[in-house]
Amino acid sequence: MSETRKVLVDPLVDNNPITLQILGICSALAVTSSLKNSLLMAIALTAVLAFSNASISAIRNHIPSNIRIIVQMTIIASLVIVVDQIMRAYAYDTAKQLSVFVGLIITNCIVMGRAEAYAMKNGVGMSFMDGIGNGLGYSLLLIVVAFFRELFGSGTLFGFEILKLTKNGGWYEPNGLMLLPPSAFFIIGLIIWAIRTWKPEQVEQPDFKIHEQHALGDR
Amino acid sequence: MEAMLSLFFKAVFVENMALTFFLGMCTFIAISKKISTAIGLGVAVMVVQMITVPANNLILNMFLKENVLLAGVDLRFLGLISYIGVIAAMVQILEMVLDKFFPALYNALGVFLPLITVNCAILGGSLFMVERDYTFSESVVYGVGSGFGWALAIVALAGVREKLKYSDVPAGLQGLGIIFITVGLMSLGFMAFSGIQL
Amino acid sequence: MIRRFLDMPNDSTQKTIFVAAVLCLVCSVLVSGAAVALKPIQNANKALDKKRNILQIAGLVQEGKTVDEMFSQVEPKVVDLATGEYVTDIDAATYDARAAAVDPKQNVVLTKEQDIASIKRRSKYATVYLARDAAGKVSKIILPVSGYGLWSTLHGFMALAEDASTITGFGFYEHAETPGLGGEVDNPAWKAQWSGKQLFDEQGNIAVDIVKSAAPDSPYQIDALSGATLTGNGVENLVHFWAGEDGFGPYLQKARSGGEL
Repeated sequence: MSETRKVLVDPLVDNNPITLQILGICSALAVTSSLKNSLLMAIALTAVLAFSNASISAIRNHIPSNIRIIVQMTIIASLVIVVDQIMRAYAYDTAKQLSVFVGLIITNCIVMGRAEAYAMKNGVGMSFMDGIGNGLGYSLLLIVVAFFRELFGSGTLFGFEILKLTKNGGWYEPNGLMLLPPSAFFIIGLIIWAIRTWKPEQVEQPDFKIHEQHALGDR
Repeated sequence: MEAMLSLFFKAVFVENMALTFFLGMCTFIAISKKISTAIGLGVAVMVVQMITVPANNLILNMFLKENVLLAGVDLRFLGLISYIGVIAAMVQILEMVLDKFFPALYNALGVFLPLITVNCAILGGSLFMVERDYTFSESVVYGVGSGFGWALAIVALAGVREKLKYSDVPAGLQGLGIIFITVGLMSLGFMAFSGIQL
Repeated sequence: MIRRFLDMPNDSTQKTIFVAAVLCLVCSVLVSGAAVALKPIQNANKALDKKRNILQIAGLVQEGKTVDEMFSQVEPKVVDLATGEYVTDIDAATYDARAAAVDPKQNVVLTKEQDIASIKRRSKYATVYLARDAAGKVSKIILPVSGYGLWSTLHGFMALAEDASTITGFGFYEHAETPGLGGEVDNPAWKAQWSGKQLFDEQGNIAVDIVKSAAPDSPYQIDALSGATLTGNGVENLVHFWAGEDGFGPYLQKARSGGEL
């Protein structure tokens, strides 16, 4: 596998920022009750991530180490403001619904995490690709979660009716829980379970083994 | 007074930063293995929140709002960058002050302080303050309340996790998976507070 | 010159200051550039959004016309809420009541008894929108309303017929109520119930109410939303507040007694 491809594909499942690195869960989950909002949020984050990685990597040899964090923060914050302004101008309705969560991309740990872990050590092109890759990993999870939440919560996808609701004379009674915040946690928990069943090498070692004592006794 | 009390309880329970807005999740999940560290981090978040929300309220009202700095100039687009700057600076100052005057507290919180800059609950608190147009005194109460709510949530989760490690969880769900489900259940529990009006 | 700075060791004081300064300069140009260049589009969006909301709630949307064309038959006017008189020295097109409500110079702090809609303070003046028919006669009065529901402040408009009592449209353009429960205030079937109801009874008291299992032929009752008692209470309270003495009461009183609109 070529290096670029690896950087791009790895974060999708094998090293997903959310399910494995525990990064960037914060701002994203609250927006996943509709697919359209999630898609825009995912695009916004991927754009910020790619460009912040690229620009931090471009000046990585000239960043004094004692102001490193604040330099990264300033670059990220500026990019987020630009994205926020663009969204307010061209996607007004969605920007209104996302409200503070676009701004919270600044503190999204993925952005800072990748800047620190990858962009500070690698070239511009690769850092850009790493940003896109991690952004896509994040987007993938966001979109899967939003797919389930919107489909079962409101019977629609992107606002188009898929399951005809009882109140409109159909058969589907929407599951209100899906639209409430806790459902996002359940869905991510289940996705993690599914991924780790598929790829058992991601399973964490438990702190304690319940049956160990028992097994020792038997021997 | 009554309004302030109700705002405080709303910030702690009804609109809990961690469990209803998912803010500060990375640290919430990463550093909730033990109750003692969770308490340390919770207190640190509360202190920083208590200082930064009112500080950002002042920044907003004295510099950024339309017509306050110069007539006809609306600098609110600079909000994000100023708030994060204030937060980073406050965390840094707090670290120095604690180091000089309260070394015991500094040693207890030390490791967690730098982490707080990138905790979205802190920036989120300031952004909600802006969104909801809190006055200065309201922002003090909201800062304390939301910080306390976050601390409460992380300590509760740490308590659950201390018990959880002795339980027999399916292999694939081990670790991160079961934590997400637990947080979901806790969040569901907090939904019960919704609609309480004081 | 620049070369000289770039060649310095990274951790020297001069280089630190140089990097910080250059970074600030580049970032500020980027951010301000974006903000200034996009400002007109954003403001246009905001204005368009508001107009579209008013037209939708008042039922004035016509196929094949732009928002601005449709809005040309609607005239904004600023009303002094305490007296119910029009205020003429403020430009109604630019007056922002929501901004005024948080400005201590332009607002009124409500006492606990007055504040049934839980909004804490309201602006002294509010903008009403008068829709005129082809003959230039006022056919609809559109009032901005707001109040606290379960989670959030609901912002919306209520359209009244020219008798200032018959409701012809009601809806919210901004709220964050629980989707599927309180969020059903956006349900077209529920909103349609409001049309034709009377805001005031014959004695001029506020009469419209949200009740469980409303009588379908009652001129005053609206069916409650199931599972959303608190949002429903919030909506009822905000309607009562804005129709009452501390809201548009004096203005509507004048309009009902045949005052000029």
